[in-house]
Amino acid sequence: MGSPANDIDRLVKREYKEGFVTEIDSDTLPPGLDEGVVRAISEKKREPEFMLQWRLDAFRHWLTLTEPQWAHVHHEPIDYQAISYYSAPKNEDGPKSLDEVDPKLLETYEKLGIPLEEQKMLAGVAVDAVFDSVSVKTTFSEKLAEVGVIFCSISEALQEHPGLVKRYLGSVVPAGDNFYAALNSAVFSDGSFVYIPKGVRCPMELSTYFRINAMNTGQFERTLIIADEGSYVSYLEGCTAPMRDENQLHAAVVELIAMEGAQIKYSTVQNWYPGDEHGRGGIYNFVTKRGACRGRNAKISWTQVETGSAITWKYPSVLLEGDDSVGEFYSVALTNNRQQADTGTKMVHIGKNTTSTIISKGISAGRGQNAYRGLVKVLNKADNARNYSQCDSLLLGDRCGAHTFPYMEVKNPTAQVEHEATTSKISDDQLFYCRQRGLSEEDAVSMIVNGFCKQVFKELPMEFAVEAQKLLDVSLEGAVG
Amino acid sequence: MFEAVQQDYVDVYKGVASGLPGGSVPWVRRVRDSGLSRFREVGFPTPRDEDWKYTNVRPIAKQPFAPALDSHNGIDATRLEILENNVLDSYRCVFVNGHFAPGLSDLDQLPSGVVVMSLKDALNYRAEELETELGRCAPSQLHGFAALNTAFLTDGAYIRIGRDCTLQRPIELIYVSTGDSEQPQVSYPRNLAIAETGSRAVILERYVSLEQSRYLTNAITELVARMSAKVDYYKLQEESAKAFHVCGLFLHQDRDSTVTTNNIAMGGAIARTDLHVSLNDVGAHSTLNGLYIGMGKQHIDNHTQVDHRVARCTSDEFYKGVLAGRSRAVFHGRIVVHQDAQHTDAQQRNNNLLLSRDAEVDTKPQLEIYADDVKCSHGATVGQLDPDSIFYLRSRGIDETSARSLLTYAFANDVINRFAIASIRHELEHHLTQTLLHGKHIEGTV
Amino acid sequence: MLSIRNLHASVEGNPILKGIDLEVRAGEVHAIMGPNGSGKSTLANVLAGRDGYDVTEGQVLYRDKNLLEFSVEERACEGIFLAFQYPVEIPGVSNLYLLKTALNSVRKHQGMEELSAVEFLKLIKQKIKLVEMKEEFLHRSVNEGFSGGEKKRNEILQLAVLEPSLAILDETDSGLDIDALKVVAHGVNSLRNEQRAIIVVTHYQRLLDYIIPDKVHVLANGRVVKSGDRTLALELEKHGYAWVAQNPDAAAAPAVGS
Repeated sequence: MGSPANDIDRLVKREYKEGFVTEIDSDTLPPGLDEGVVRAISEKKREPEFMLQWRLDAFRHWLTLTEPQWAHVHHEPIDYQAISYYSAPKNEDGPKSLDEVDPKLLETYEKLGIPLEEQKMLAGVAVDAVFDSVSVKTTFSEKLAEVGVIFCSISEALQEHPGLVKRYLGSVVPAGDNFYAALNSAVFSDGSFVYIPKGVRCPMELSTYFRINAMNTGQFERTLIIADEGSYVSYLEGCTAPMRDENQLHAAVVELIAMEGAQIKYSTVQNWYPGDEHGRGGIYNFVTKRGACRGRNAKISWTQVETGSAITWKYPSVLLEGDDSVGEFYSVALTNNRQQADTGTKMVHIGKNTTSTIISKGISAGRGQNAYRGLVKVLNKADNARNYSQCDSLLLGDRCGAHTFPYMEVKNPTAQVEHEATTSKISDDQLFYCRQRGLSEEDAVSMIVNGFCKQVFKELPMEFAVEAQKLLDVSLEGAVG
Repeated sequence: MFEAVQQDYVDVYKGVASGLPGGSVPWVRRVRDSGLSRFREVGFPTPRDEDWKYTNVRPIAKQPFAPALDSHNGIDATRLEILENNVLDSYRCVFVNGHFAPGLSDLDQLPSGVVVMSLKDALNYRAEELETELGRCAPSQLHGFAALNTAFLTDGAYIRIGRDCTLQRPIELIYVSTGDSEQPQVSYPRNLAIAETGSRAVILERYVSLEQSRYLTNAITELVARMSAKVDYYKLQEESAKAFHVCGLFLHQDRDSTVTTNNIAMGGAIARTDLHVSLNDVGAHSTLNGLYIGMGKQHIDNHTQVDHRVARCTSDEFYKGVLAGRSRAVFHGRIVVHQDAQHTDAQQRNNNLLLSRDAEVDTKPQLEIYADDVKCSHGATVGQLDPDSIFYLRSRGIDETSARSLLTYAFANDVINRFAIASIRHELEHHLTQTLLHGKHIEGTV
Repeated sequence: MLSIRNLHASVEGNPILKGIDLEVRAGEVHAIMGPNGSGKSTLANVLAGRDGYDVTEGQVLYRDKNLLEFSVEERACEGIFLAFQYPVEIPGVSNLYLLKTALNSVRKHQGMEELSAVEFLKLIKQKIKLVEMKEEFLHRSVNEGFSGGEKKRNEILQLAVLEPSLAILDETDSGLDIDALKVVAHGVNSLRNEQRAIIVVTHYQRLLDYIIPDKVHVLANGRVVKSGDRTLALELEKHGYAWVAQNPDAAAAPAVGS
């Protein structure tokens, strides 16, 4: 039982607190994108030849694609030649230990509440910290290695475990999957790599913390998580960026692979800089996340709390290939001021007796536009597929929008597919009731909004759930009253 | 994609435009020309258009259909089984291949203040009455088929229910396709109905065919309900199983008007209906009932859009589908609550029953909401007959086929009960319990 | 404790209260009765400060302060409690959480220490017995899926926890069967004391068999038309509200307690 109400007064007045800039020497490629840039990135990372070829194929394919237009979002055209595709804190060989990490970076993560010194860390959470284009530090790697868990940056994985990367990279999200995924495949710079061996229950939560710092830089990270047969992992992802007047592009790709009986729980608290109240600046968060349940009884669960970014475009999906596999999607998306979100999921039922659950809670305030877009697809062979979707929208203010675009494609008569959606506002009766019991209007709104999101918050690991509640309160600043 | 065929339509238009009804009236010509230029701009829709994602019109667009000629003279009422068996006591307009057939129609004893006549005559002799109405309900961004209808609009019904008039009997528009020409033909029915302030009417459109042949019906109906008018509208689509049917139904509702649309689709190889409801003034209420029944290889697509443009309007949409054989249904229901349309109450439900292994449903219920004080919900389901219920009935001595047909009817029953005309209810009951399950489409059921 | 003088109030421009006078002292239980539309619930909502209820004339003094200047939550923190006729559902917010937040808001306002989770749980476990509710109710969302009787008992539980100085029960008996009514009445009676005043708004006499009022006021057309002791309620039960209307003398009788 937390007490968010007491924190609100303090929090409500708060600006985007992660909006500071770290002054640090960076090794940054000049803006622009051509094959030379792709080769340069690959070279900087001393990648094996297959990786360079893979990138070049993706790049050439990307040139043939156009930006998707179907999302319910509006933005000025993005000049892909004005973006720098690589920026890294200067350090010739990469840090061997924490002592070699630039103290300014350590300070940055301290400020963000993510201390990288292991003795200071939350017990039981290992962190990979990604700063602009590169991973600066992965904690607890050695301890995890004892049980055979690989947790490192993807650059390191390419050096140390090229076979695993080659086998799985692009196996869920092909290099040419969509415009942004193709771009990412060509220029991704870093990200996290996780491998959980057969039968291992990962002994701690794994976490990546993404930070965009440099100006005019895009961040294109790539995350690959493989849970081998009968294993379990819970993975958390957090994101922030400085306040800048221009928009910055973040086009990540996340691939999850769950083998027979494996379980992956992937949680995101996304708090990229959302822009100011006039819609200036902010991150364009165009992300492709997809998991594949490759074996029987595999389970992939996505939980996301999306409060940041000027524009969010993401659809964490599950391919339910194995019989009896399970896909879940729990989402809270909040848009305030001029933020736009078009987010949801795809559940593709391929195997028999597969089950998916979708719980989406959208909150719109200010002039925010919030769209749920989801696809439930039941293929012809997917006997006894079950899906339940619930999409609720809460409107705070009369200039925002809440939209629901579910797609259901059912090609098997034994499927049961059910979708429900509601749209409502906080009723005057609810507010009056709470205030009559002595709560201020802000506390009442905060309490009701948190209640609205409860089904999703209970899916988050404890520390994240508290953080998510606070984020909602802060993000609603100025939306109430 | 279909450039050559599209060019063919354009060429045909150039040849016939001046000879079409009202061809010498400048504003009619402008309406037709705008339809043609829209068609030249957009062409036939493709699955890349979001609104046609699940309906590929290649079979319609790959060959040209020639405009059907006015050739009803040879048809007598005895060949029209539908008229023989028709028990409905109505004011009746019959159209053969899209052309009004006065000899088959019965418009006697229309009360004063009510106009029901062919659009062809209206365009030829009293076009000025229509100028401010024709084409005004249709959305500005017509798709290719609606644009073609507008270019070639020829005949149909022109209906005006005068102020405070209450019509006791329904107005029934029967579109018969003879389907006997060598060249595949297209007809372009175009109906315009205006229910003036305080009027009451029931309007029924039926689409039937004499032969199980291939032809195209490309229809548009525009319906205006003025203040406090109440209109019950039915569309009963029973085209040939080889025919193509594309229809636009565009409603414009004023203050406190109440319109109920009952949209029943059973025929056609590809059948697509676009129903747009625009609630333009406070207190308007719209009910959208729909039932689609597919079998064989039918493809039935229903697109609905309800625009809540102002405050305090209500809409209630309820569509059900039953799919057997290898049939495929598409439901796309969009509710848009515009800014400042506060106190909107909009509900939408779509339930689908898949009776066979190879049937398919694609459903897209959508809410787009720009006002905050609203009550909106939608729900959609896809499922099969409940095995427990089948078992229960069988354990009581009912054979499996009968149990299935009983439960299928039960599934559709709550929407059927919303249709006020008894003869339509009986026809649907028959269709669901007899044709669908006892016919040859039973094979392949699960 | 509460002094209402010539109170006029309207809802959406329609005058509902047309000059209410009422004096309530600490320790007293007042019943306000009247037919539908007489203004009973309006009075309760005006006292609680609900939006949309506009006071057009008159004043309300609560502990010698101008009550009408206070916001809804200030009134609550000052000790005014309204048991709702239709308690509101709040999905996802547990009963327990609402109660704790509310109690600590009130305590903070009154300069008292906020209760810790442990202290609060101890308190609530004792209070819940009063209304014969199971503990699982504490963990369910506020009023969501509660039966009519459960909702009303929940209101009395909140009353017991918040311990207000002035409790206003708005048609708390409506929709209750006799057993639930007894539970609710028992809860209220056990909260009667010398420091607390209670106003019971009701349409029927029935509740007053179990919560014995010190004074009874009959409201009609926005005015107190008759006041008396509990026998007035019994008279009303016998003759119906038409009796008051037909007895201009009765209507003219001086209100007891003013």
